[in-house]
Amino acid sequence: MEKVQKLEYWRWPEYHRVVPGKDWKNAEIITAGVDVGSVSSKAVIMTDNEVYSWAVLRTGSNSSDSAKKVMGWALEGIGLKLDDFDYIVGTGYGRVNVPMANKAITEIACHAKGANYIWGPTVRTILDVGGQDVKAISCNERGRVTRFLMNDKCAAGTGRGMEVIADLLKIPIDKVGEASLMVDKEPGPVSSTCVVFAKSEAVALLRSGWPKKKVLAAYARAMAIRMSELLQKVGCKEDFVITGGQSKNIGIVTRIEEILGVKRLPVPKWEETGLDPMAAGAIGAALFASALYKKSSNR
Amino acid sequence: MITHYGYTDGSGEFYVIIDAEKCNSCSRCINVCPKDALKLEPIMIDLEDKLVATVKEEHRKRIRYTCSSCKPESGEAPCVVACDQNAITCTWKPTEA
Repeated sequence: MEKVQKLEYWRWPEYHRVVPGKDWKNAEIITAGVDVGSVSSKAVIMTDNEVYSWAVLRTGSNSSDSAKKVMGWALEGIGLKLDDFDYIVGTGYGRVNVPMANKAITEIACHAKGANYIWGPTVRTILDVGGQDVKAISCNERGRVTRFLMNDKCAAGTGRGMEVIADLLKIPIDKVGEASLMVDKEPGPVSSTCVVFAKSEAVALLRSGWPKKKVLAAYARAMAIRMSELLQKVGCKEDFVITGGQSKNIGIVTRIEEILGVKRLPVPKWEETGLDPMAAGAIGAALFASALYKKSSNR
Repeated sequence: MITHYGYTDGSGEFYVIIDAEKCNSCSRCINVCPKDALKLEPIMIDLEDKLVATVKEEHRKRIRYTCSSCKPESGEAPCVVACDQNAITCTWKPTEA
């Protein structure tokens, strides 16, 4: 019988990178941040408050295993061992289950700290689009959270929702953003960002003859409207940045910018520098780790 | 840090708002909550952990059910009344017809 290969269009690339030109043996402080989210796990290794290496992978059914796996991957090929670390902070939904962590800190604080590090002290508003929730955060020039808002109860309008739509339309997840922008005229939003309802609505639209990109545009528009409402509630002061997996979805980003009339700060060249917006929480956690280590050793 | 936990649906918009700077970790709100939805959680403020009332993780995405019996239209919520620091408020904005 012919073997049918099932393509998984939702599957985003997992990756591991080492920032070139650094040697941890010269470092004074070695820390790590491990962010176990609902859909992806991130580990960032920092030497003297600079990213050394990092890894992003899909969270499994067990938070503790995911933490070990992602940390193991970040450590791969650089010759560092867990014993060499001065301090490790766990964050994210699974933060209490990070076995190698000295301390757990809420992801809200870590995201603000990470965004402040990636884009600098002018950042005032952060939209974090995670796998299963959306958070709007206001912070001050030191990256301290002043206001935090989360709304709604499910995966509606999140990264996971986009995965489901990508799979339905058979368009790879890293292409959906561009595809959704290739419409001549922007359609109205789908009536619900609820993943279950939106999926059946998308099926109906396809049957009625809508091209895939138009269906994508309608879903992306609904997601962007929902996120913009959240941002308006928290007060979208500039500079404005987007973190989390959907920061890489140009279809969502462009629509939010259009609805709110603000531009987000551009994504830095994260492939070389390690300033990865998807790992903002883990970067913040590693920075907290360094600050906490300094504080404890000064005593 | 002011945290808003809430939901929006066709009927309106509801938020439980907790001000971490005002919270004095007294636990009164936690003790009166009929749904046991609150707990003290350490929040990092200037590298110090401060214990602050927060909505439990498992309730954050089901506020519409958890807090339905305490919506402001049925009188002040017990957690709001119990707090003598004015650190908790609940807001309900019905959708205009």
